[in-house]
Amino acid sequence: MIASLALVLLAQLLGEVFARGSGLPLPGPVLGMVLMLGFLTLRDRGPAAVPRGLPRPLTDGTLEQTGKGLLANLSLMFVPAGAGIVGRLDVLQAQGAKLAFVLVLSTLAALAATALTFVAVSRSLDRRRGEREEAA
Amino acid sequence: MSGEFAVWVYLSRTPLLWLTVTLLAYLVADRIAAATGRNPVANPVLIAIMITAAILSVTGTPYADYFQGAQFVHFLLGPATVMLALPLYEHRATVMRALVPMLAALGVGCVVALVSAIGLARLLDIPRPVITALSPKSITSGVARGVSETLGGDPTLTAVIVMLTGVTGAILVTPLMNALRIRDMRARGFAAGLAAHGVGTARAFQVSEVAGTFAGIAMGLNALLTAILVPVVLRLVP
Repeated sequence: MIASLALVLLAQLLGEVFARGSGLPLPGPVLGMVLMLGFLTLRDRGPAAVPRGLPRPLTDGTLEQTGKGLLANLSLMFVPAGAGIVGRLDVLQAQGAKLAFVLVLSTLAALAATALTFVAVSRSLDRRRGEREEAA
Repeated sequence: MSGEFAVWVYLSRTPLLWLTVTLLAYLVADRIAAATGRNPVANPVLIAIMITAAILSVTGTPYADYFQGAQFVHFLLGPATVMLALPLYEHRATVMRALVPMLAALGVGCVVALVSAIGLARLLDIPRPVITALSPKSITSGVARGVSETLGGDPTLTAVIVMLTGVTGAILVTPLMNALRIRDMRARGFAAGLAAHGVGTARAFQVSEVAGTFAGIAMGLNALLTAILVPVVLRLVP
């Protein structure tokens, strides 16, 4: 567990360093996620010497278990930031109805546009792939 | 000074009290959500926030004092984001096959989120500083705060609007997708992550691991694209 946490924090730390250093508008943890992806690929696909040199918890599934445990409770981690609403009740009261209208409508539009585009493009690709296979 | 008051003064100064309150509020909220069979309206994030905010109001606790304790939970958001690499790695074959639909959905979804939010706010005569603060509403709060601050918005207001958007998206995504008859878990998850960042991703993981994986990818990609496009769209709207 400690080895897993150390690895995760290390990935986040390096991600944070890259994010600040490069000035990219990406959060450090997202770059840390990319680094973790690189680590997993190297562990499973790289030279056989790599897994042998690693602490056991990083290769025996403990890392995966720690991650799943953390992700299963992702909702919890938004509570402290969300409780910040108590400090901005004045703006929300002044603009409340209008803000609610904008947020609900815009969120519905974004959800629908994203999912419909995904499905449409995915279907047209499948169809074209199917036609190619029929022709072949 | 009475004994009870002394205990309160002591407790309200240590991280212990508010950390415990946050965890208990979440446990209660999660129990309620489970009791409704994970009905999207009984969103655990929303219920836990309401319980916590009510306790803060009743006790007259300043948010900064609360955050002293709750920051330990808040901190875990970073490591949890890094851990999104695990489901992503596990489902990498599925993800690679969906590369083109993902990029198309990212472009369309990001522009629709931005233009609809800024356009509607403009139509309703919402003050300019509030429009700036709400424009990055769909992306993860760390980046959204940065975008808002750079353009002269109030980063704390942005963080609150980002949370409201996340909860709104997490509640709306399941009924909307059912109404549109979209059954593809990849598309449903991707939409949740794009429109409602981490809160949408948490909801997607409740529904299916594939949905959660695609939500995580959408969240990361949309943070980048929105940060680039917000200044452009704001300049286009007089």
